[in-house]
Amino acid sequence: MKIYQTLVAAFSVAAVLSFAAGSAVAEPKDPDLTDPRVKRYIVGEKYSGYVVNEPETRDIQDDDFQNPAFLWVEQAQSLWSKADGKAGKSCESCHGNPEVSMKGSSASYPKIHKKKKTLLTVEHQINICREEYMKTKPWKWESDQMLGMSALVRMQSRDMPVNVNVGGEAKPYFEKGREFYFQRRGQLDLACTHCHVDNHGNKVRSEKLSQGMPTGFPTYRMKWQKLGSLHRRFRGCNKNIRAQPYKQGTPEYTALELYLMWRANGLPVESPSVRK
Amino acid sequence: MISGLFAALAAVAVVAAGSTASLAASKSKPPQKLVNYLVINEDSIPEYLSGRPGDPKQGRKLVISRKKGNCLACHKMPIPEKADHGGTGTDLTGVADRMTESQLRLRLVDPKRIIPDTMMPAFYKIQGLNRVLPKFKGKAILTAQEIEDIIAYIVTLKE
Repeated sequence: MKIYQTLVAAFSVAAVLSFAAGSAVAEPKDPDLTDPRVKRYIVGEKYSGYVVNEPETRDIQDDDFQNPAFLWVEQAQSLWSKADGKAGKSCESCHGNPEVSMKGSSASYPKIHKKKKTLLTVEHQINICREEYMKTKPWKWESDQMLGMSALVRMQSRDMPVNVNVGGEAKPYFEKGREFYFQRRGQLDLACTHCHVDNHGNKVRSEKLSQGMPTGFPTYRMKWQKLGSLHRRFRGCNKNIRAQPYKQGTPEYTALELYLMWRANGLPVESPSVRK
Repeated sequence: MISGLFAALAAVAVVAAGSTASLAASKSKPPQKLVNYLVINEDSIPEYLSGRPGDPKQGRKLVISRKKGNCLACHKMPIPEKADHGGTGTDLTGVADRMTESQLRLRLVDPKRIIPDTMMPAFYKIQGLNRVLPKFKGKAILTAQEIEDIIAYIVTLKE
């Protein structure tokens, strides 16, 4: 984590310089690591993309009335209590108030489904509810309904530390995710680790590389002009290095999500976040 | 001097880049035929890949182009009209004072022969790659002439 220390050191030096000169010597883009809002998203050597966000983007995320992701969340709030499917049930029929029943639940996802003996994300679990209990059609991964419901469920764990289990039955999935993370791929022949471990804090063109922490998904990304899933982001990363992406929800991306969440263990959940 | 020459000759390796190309080919498109090149002492490629020198003006365009060399993505270079120079690679200002043309050529063609765990892609290689998008399968990032154009530009980077 040498680079993180360098990053912190660079920020401190810039801060000292700007103090000494009595003017803004520091690049405006460097975050103020003593700002309590930013500090929440730095745990030991880990930090979320919030830290390298522009201050204006942070402001939008911090205000639920400004955060465009809440258009999807509001839709999900009405879907929560709407019966759908042959069983005549809604989410509310089984789970009551999401602010109570879902509190803290997503912080341990992806997790092993006890009966199915397989690793599932929040999105998979939502569709299991729809198909098996509500007797209705599953939502498409990147549909507005799924993104909104995922955000509604995950935001009930906001500010709680990510705490995924990678032992026991989850272990083979974790190993698979780790293998993916270190496997070079695409014409550019890069693995996740080259950018997000070896070079976070450094720039590729004008973009500062983050540690690739998954704590804010689904995220409202300005570039997308909509809410998007973590697996959509994986696809974007893969295509950028000219690698064949996987589909959202595949075992490959689910295992990768577990590995990333393990990297993020201890960082607060910040879904739905806002990014450039 | 003479013993040095013998050592160099002994270390010459011919890389048959084109001969195994079919392994990396996609089903639909024929793979690009890469030219063979000599690597000396695991350190340099002394000959022009395309058999002729490159054009430095063209090379300067290619290092900027996001779809071609895109060197600026990772390296700082003396190209003041562009603001977005990345910082993951070494600063290439003055790089030609530090390395010869032949050394630079190998580092562009296949840098993993020098630093196996480098982030830098091999710009003239189609073998040993994993899950390449079909559109790019069996193709090197740059052509032999584009490699030479970039090298012709890079060797001008002296301080």
